[in-house]
Amino acid sequence: MEILAFSFMQRALAAGVLIALACSVLGVFLVLRRDAMLGHGLAHVTFGGVALGLLMGVSPIWTALAVAMLSAVVLLKLRDAAGLHGDTAIGILSSVGFALGVVLASVSGRFSVELFSYLFGNILAIGMGEVWTSTGLAAAVVAAVVLNYHDLVAATFDHDMARTSGVPVARLDVLLTILSAVTVVLAMKVVGLLLVAALIVIPAAAALQVAANFRSAIFLSALAGVLSVVWGLWASYYLDLPASGAIVLLQALLFGAAWAAARVLRRGR
Amino acid sequence: MNDPDVLIDLDGITFRYGRELILDSVSLQVRRGDFVALLGPNGSGKSTLIRIVLGLLRPDEGEVRLMGRDLDEFNSWDRIGYVPQKATDLDPLFPASVREVVAMGLLTHKRWPRFLGTGDERVIDEALDLLEMRPFRKRQIWALSGGQQQRVFIARALASQPEVLILDEPTAGVDGVTQERFYDLLQRINRERGVTLILVTHDIGVVTKHVTKVACLNQKLVFHGSHSDFCESEQAITLFGPESHLICHRH
Repeated sequence: MEILAFSFMQRALAAGVLIALACSVLGVFLVLRRDAMLGHGLAHVTFGGVALGLLMGVSPIWTALAVAMLSAVVLLKLRDAAGLHGDTAIGILSSVGFALGVVLASVSGRFSVELFSYLFGNILAIGMGEVWTSTGLAAAVVAAVVLNYHDLVAATFDHDMARTSGVPVARLDVLLTILSAVTVVLAMKVVGLLLVAALIVIPAAAALQVAANFRSAIFLSALAGVLSVVWGLWASYYLDLPASGAIVLLQALLFGAAWAAARVLRRGR
Repeated sequence: MNDPDVLIDLDGITFRYGRELILDSVSLQVRRGDFVALLGPNGSGKSTLIRIVLGLLRPDEGEVRLMGRDLDEFNSWDRIGYVPQKATDLDPLFPASVREVVAMGLLTHKRWPRFLGTGDERVIDEALDLLEMRPFRKRQIWALSGGQQQRVFIARALASQPEVLILDEPTAGVDGVTQERFYDLLQRINRERGVTLILVTHDIGVVTKHVTKVACLNQKLVFHGSHSDFCESEQAITLFGPESHLICHRH
């Protein structure tokens, strides 16, 4: 295939598939816990981290990761200690993070083009170093989910029942929020911070329309995530479309197809 | 010296939500083999007391001892099964199969990382067989009726082979015939498998036919004794009205 002859496309595919896998697997848990907007909120905060990295002259992925993970912990504290509702805490934190990014960008006044690539994504410009970083982080996310799979399912299904079964639900809340921060940072290069929530939420939402059990929901979500990235890159190359927009629109089509299939299946029962 | 037959020992439990007093110096012992109905009108503090026993809430005053150990030191949660009140209020988007829900009950026995093996599948099937739910193994939990869902949740709780099973209003929203079969099943679990049962309910009709003891709660523990004593007691009339005697003696 002609598309695979280019090294930039090989890198985009490799990183995109791994990141989509991590986002879509984690997304199933977030959607079912009604934390779908967590990714969106953390993405806004991450914008501040990216701006900070560019201002300091270090790789934005690391400052973004540090800011996103710190914000994830603050978010949990705001929920628990301050007694705020989850969406209120996300609203406060995301606005503050984004405002920080806007101020830093304005103060330095010299990196708006690069900042734009993080806002809207630029997977075709991904470097080999970023591929390796993405591989390591995506593998860490998937491994964390696999190793805690049954605990995460139980805690997502019912917090109280899980606690009385000896499942460390408080620790899992922290783990899930930290993993969300990592996936947001990973996904920002693929679809950009403004569309990052799509990579986490839409494949999971599509899978949950048709899945017969939890295991199949995870598998279908991962499949939807990976297919959308592969098809999105294909569309980007052959139809000259922006990769991030193509990936998210294809995910929306997959969700529509899953929604329709679920209606047909239910009518047939 | 701890009495090994006292599985749950509550001493002077007081709990407030803000400034509102919910439980006032409640002391109660549950002994091995008991089938206790925790009775009381709505808002009497029954579910709060159960959440305290399970460590989900901390009392403002008083002590909880489970199987002879202080609650803070207790970690044998596999010995206590719990079926919550909201078990019938399921998210239809959650794609858990009956098998997956029962498998959650096995986690208490496992060390991290908690993977399930082939032996666990046998335990899941046995728990489903006991509740006559094995034919529904692959069905999604939300697609079952309220009574069937409750059976699955009991199978989940029994999968860890607990010594005590706590059920919080398990028949809410379930029709009368299903309720009767359900209580018969609980009685069998209590007698044949020796599982100590605590049934939280405001249904006084349960008392006469099925349970061995009654604990009656209305902020304070107003009665604790055998079901026959309860039916003759003034507290039954005070809490549930004169018809309580009729209900008690209907069977």
